[in-house]
Amino acid sequence: MIVAVTGVILVLFVIGHLLGNLQIFLGPEWINSYAQHLRDLGGFLWAIRLFLLIAVLLHIYYTIWLAIENRRARGSYREREPVKASFASRHMAMSGLIILAFIFYHLAHFTVRVTDPRFALLKADPLNRYDVYSMMVYGFQNVIVSAFYVLAMFLLALHLSHGASSFFQSLGLNDKKLTPRLARIGRVVAWLIFIGYTSIPVAVLLGLVKPAQQL
Amino acid sequence: MNFRLRVWRQKSSDEKGRLVDYDAPDISPNTSFLEMLDIVNERLIERGEEPIAFDSDCREGICGTCSLTINGEAHGPSHPGAACQLYMRRFTDGETITVEPFRARPFHFIKDLVVNRGALDRIVQAGGFISARAGSAPEANSIPVPKHDADRAMEAAACIGCGACAAACPNGSAMLFTSAKVSHLAFLPQGHPERVTRALRMVSAMDAEGFGNCTNTYECEAVCPAEISASFIAKLNREFARASFAKKLGD
Ligand code: HEM
Ligand code: SF4
Ligand code: FES
Repeated sequence: MIVAVTGVILVLFVIGHLLGNLQIFLGPEWINSYAQHLRDLGGFLWAIRLFLLIAVLLHIYYTIWLAIENRRARGSYREREPVKASFASRHMAMSGLIILAFIFYHLAHFTVRVTDPRFALLKADPLNRYDVYSMMVYGFQNVIVSAFYVLAMFLLALHLSHGASSFFQSLGLNDKKLTPRLARIGRVVAWLIFIGYTSIPVAVLLGLVKPAQQL
Repeated sequence: MNFRLRVWRQKSSDEKGRLVDYDAPDISPNTSFLEMLDIVNERLIERGEEPIAFDSDCREGICGTCSLTINGEAHGPSHPGAACQLYMRRFTDGETITVEPFRARPFHFIKDLVVNRGALDRIVQAGGFISARAGSAPEANSIPVPKHDADRAMEAAACIGCGACAAACPNGSAMLFTSAKVSHLAFLPQGHPERVTRALRMVSAMDAEGFGNCTNTYECEAVCPAEISASFIAKLNREFARASFAKKLGD
């Protein structure tokens, strides 16, 4: 229950965050003002961050406990052949933990901005807002950074290709006919999320999106 | 046909077990898997060796006693169907076939391919019944049951209690079994008086036995010989949520 509810909250966040980020394709004006709006929320932004943090902590706490309990309960076969279980469903803890490592890196990279010294050189944009647009472009110009983002998004999609439909079952919100359809929709949503997020570093590396200012 | 078997041999839970190789030559393709084991056992006895212990009873897929994991799949490669309904023609000539018992922590090991599945009985004892006065059967039409509910109840009642679901589950979870037992009674008016306590007690009995938690991999549904659908697990999740809520509200 708690895993499912917190998972749903995180999925909604991931979709919202994606829509926010895709504004980079609309130009610096859009994304910089979006970022400014977020910052203008002030206390409310912190409330959202706290809410997400609690969701993540609960999700991890219960899933780790779940994984330990389940590992203990299963039989130790010499030979085992999965019949139906997808690769994604069998590697939820692995994908989840790498996503966790990614979240730490991502926050250090773009929120606290301690990993890339060039970000300190960025000037405010013409309307005196932080130039999030150029920051993202410079951030993703580093191939290794971009590669790690793509890898993390791949694992996120893997995690969600199971999770984004699995929660309907956990919450009992389905029936025999609906379950396979939800599973299909969940997988499509997960891979759309992958394509959406990955499009940003890929576009930057291909030179399709250029910084709005020189350093 | 000729086969090479790798069979789990273990005298008792105190001793270490291992896979032992046996040759099974001259087997008719129409031999059932259990008959094939009988033939191997007869040959072992002739040679003065200890036969392979395995469980079976009806040998027609209705009792839920046979419990073999064959080539890593509960009840073997032919789904849906119990191990007793599996025929050797399903394999290729010369194939190596691995045979292990049903494994899950709550299934206590007895010998070779035999495990104690009493944990499932204790889940049923915790609430898989109705408390009704026994006696002569009531008039069949006195309690109307909608067709949909009757169909779903019959579907759930098809569970033969074999435990393949828990044996196949990567989490050792018996949710499919328990969901079938809970749903079967939840769909019928006769099951309604004890609906709340049944869901709560059977789930806590399941946890107390040490079964794991469902993460919706649907391995259970894939191996179930009675084709119990994993949508009953969603039904159990609903029943459990409903019962927890009803209990919080009090009477
Ligand atoms: C941060 C580290 C994370 C860890 C360690 C983690 C771990 C897990 C594990 C072990 C499961 C469970 C069960 C299973 O095997 O099916 C799970 C389920 C799930 N996760 Fe995560 N996860 C993490 C992050 C996320 C994120 C960021 C999202 C959403 C964007 C998410 C969404 C979900 C959903 C929707 C489920 C399914 C819940 C259900 O079936 O009831 N997880 N997670
Ligand atoms: S649900 Fe299916 S696999 Fe599980 S005990 Fe019942 S018949 Fe066997
Ligand atoms: S022996 Fe009865 S179901 Fe297989």
